[in-house]
Amino acid sequence: MSAEQGQRQIRCLVAKVGLDGHDRGAHVIARALRDAGFEVIYSGLHRSPDEVVQAAVQEDVDVLGISILSGAHNTLVPKIMDGLEEYGAREDTLVLVGGIIPDDDKERLREEGVAEIFGPGASMDEMIDYIREHAPERR
Amino acid sequence: MDPLIADLLDGKHRALARTITKIENRSPGYRELVSQLHAHTGDADVIGITGSPGAGKSTLVDKLAATYREAGLTVGVIAIDPASPFTGGAVLGDRIRMASNVGDMDVFFRSMSARGTLGGLSTATTDAVKALDAFGKDKVIVETVGAGQNEVDIVRTADTVVVLVPPGSGDDVQMLKAGILEIADLFVVNKADLEGADRTVQELREMLQLRDGQVEVGGHHGFAETTVDVGDGADSESPGSEDADADAPSQDPWDPPIVETVADRGEGIDDLVAAMDDHRTHLVESGQLESKARTRYAEEIRTLLREDARELLAEEIEARGGLDERVDAVLRRETDPYTVAEELLEPLADCVTERREGRE
Repeated sequence: MSAEQGQRQIRCLVAKVGLDGHDRGAHVIARALRDAGFEVIYSGLHRSPDEVVQAAVQEDVDVLGISILSGAHNTLVPKIMDGLEEYGAREDTLVLVGGIIPDDDKERLREEGVAEIFGPGASMDEMIDYIREHAPERR
Repeated sequence: MDPLIADLLDGKHRALARTITKIENRSPGYRELVSQLHAHTGDADVIGITGSPGAGKSTLVDKLAATYREAGLTVGVIAIDPASPFTGGAVLGDRIRMASNVGDMDVFFRSMSARGTLGGLSTATTDAVKALDAFGKDKVIVETVGAGQNEVDIVRTADTVVVLVPPGSGDDVQMLKAGILEIADLFVVNKADLEGADRTVQELREMLQLRDGQVEVGGHHGFAETTVDVGDGADSESPGSEDADADAPSQDPWDPPIVETVADRGEGIDDLVAAMDDHRTHLVESGQLESKARTRYAEEIRTLLREDARELLAEEIEARGGLDERVDAVLRRETDPYTVAEELLEPLADCVTERREGRE
């Protein structure tokens, strides 16, 4: 077959959930992912878990990056995971969390189905490599 | 039927989203999916919205979607943003403006990037519109930045094309002269509360009158006369010929209205919806809806054929040892590109002729 077929493009949703209004980090990440050649959908600030799920499902993203700096991750992330489950999107969406997450909570988030957590100091290249390597193989 | 399409027709959002992904990626087998969709399409009103960056397209689309939802209609939106020609990456930001439809899954919003393939974008958009149509959306809105041929092609696939003009922008009006004027069924002067809005409306109106003037001199009268001839007699005042006029598709020219809106406050949206409904009615009554669809499908078939023919040629070139040596020969001035193209195409052309004559 021709080379034209199967132009796979990795799509990412960068989401800000809850009341946290710090989006500089999310902007920087959105740009870096774009420059890495991904298609990035940015949710905007103050999204509810439902909205994030709606966007992730409709946009059919490979990667959902949730940025939380407010400390509400233990409530918000499980809600998002449940929502993805409801639409059958949990299995093949790579969920990443970025922000300030205490070590004790990291294990809990992983149990919820979060693939990786990137805290302060995580390098952009590290994140991009991780996504390239782990973006789920689609049916 | 493909299980994915069965799920899509069954109303599963995930299946719709995945189908559009396959269409965008041109995954193996996407063509079968789209051809299975076709039988279920044809019920949605397709609206194209275009205008320069910052004109307020996304905000307007958001308000339109909310208005349709209040009327009990379901909405699909495809928002197209540019992609980097270097990395292929894109930030698709139109979703941020969809604030009025938060948590409402019956507004299916999908961002698409203008991926680099030649002519591929309009094909992918057309196919994605089909997916939303088959899913059962009443209104499908396609939103693009109106710059370049590709974008114009996309917007032309819509039944009703809305062009947004920001106020006080002489330059944008200049741009309209260059071609977008012809594709607009409706003009929206958004941000109508800003200074310069009145002047923009005025300028648009003048430009439209100018266009009408040209039509008067050239086409319009000519058309009228032919219809009289085709009709039931020379007496153009008789009721019979009036009816004939109404039936002929090109008889009833549409004057693009100019609607003023302030999208972020929701002002003028009802007027816009009414104007779009008028246009829809006009299309149905004048028979243009069908003639537009005919043109569109013919164009779609041609586009697909071009794509297929290109692939067929690529295979042929590959099978005959690639282009490298031929290019070398061209460089050495031993042959020229025209001759090479003819040599490569000749066996194919012969095959086609043989087949055609054999069948006759």
